[in-house]
Amino acid sequence: MANATTRRPRPKYLSLPALLFEIRLPLPGWVSILHRISGLMLFLAIVWMLYLLDRSLASEDGFEAVRRYAGLLPVKLSLLVLIWAFCHHFFAGIRYLFLDLDKGVDLPTARLTSWAVLAASLALTAWLGAKLW
Amino acid sequence: MVERVVTGAHYGLRDWLAQRITAVIMAVYTVIVLVVLINGVPISYAVWTDLFAQGWMRVATLLFAASLAWHAWVGMRDILMDYVKPAGVRLALEVAVLLVIAGTLGWTVQILWR
Repeated sequence: MANATTRRPRPKYLSLPALLFEIRLPLPGWVSILHRISGLMLFLAIVWMLYLLDRSLASEDGFEAVRRYAGLLPVKLSLLVLIWAFCHHFFAGIRYLFLDLDKGVDLPTARLTSWAVLAASLALTAWLGAKLW
Repeated sequence: MVERVVTGAHYGLRDWLAQRITAVIMAVYTVIVLVVLINGVPISYAVWTDLFAQGWMRVATLLFAASLAWHAWVGMRDILMDYVKPAGVRLALEVAVLLVIAGTLGWTVQILWR
């Protein structure tokens, strides 16, 4: 009969320090959680974006007002974060479409495409930011 | 691999598929609009309104908005199912998401055909 004292002690992996410092999310996991976070951010930004589109098309004054508004530092930073969210969601989404087709499923390729997604979204964000302001 | 039908009972496959089809539609729209804007002249009010005055742009933007509505619904529902456990709170949040989506879709039509 099994004795409780003979059981091997369970590892305490889910302590807070373990979660913070010992268990590392693998790279494709980072792409995944960022895909979810960026998607949430984009949803929350829909109303704001639509408001800006509405004003920019409504009148020339509105267009200039939106342009001035987009030049304010906090607005500019928020828009840059949203542009990054869009780019990340875009590239990571394309990666998932290929994974659905069983392309790039092996670990070395999955890691490589994860790096590619992170790099491409940051690069495109920087380029669009430079282009816009 | 299990063969499943796309229509019929709610296996979740329809939403899974819709998520991907709407994603492709939005990706194509994004690339087209980006190319149009990047290659064009500096964006003034006239250029901006001319772009949205064209029929193809209005229809394409409407397709984008409709795709976004469906895509965002599936995505937000996934997030709510994963993190919000009390059924009442989750239902309330799902209704809120649907109201926002329906409202913004109507607003988009209003903006495009003003």
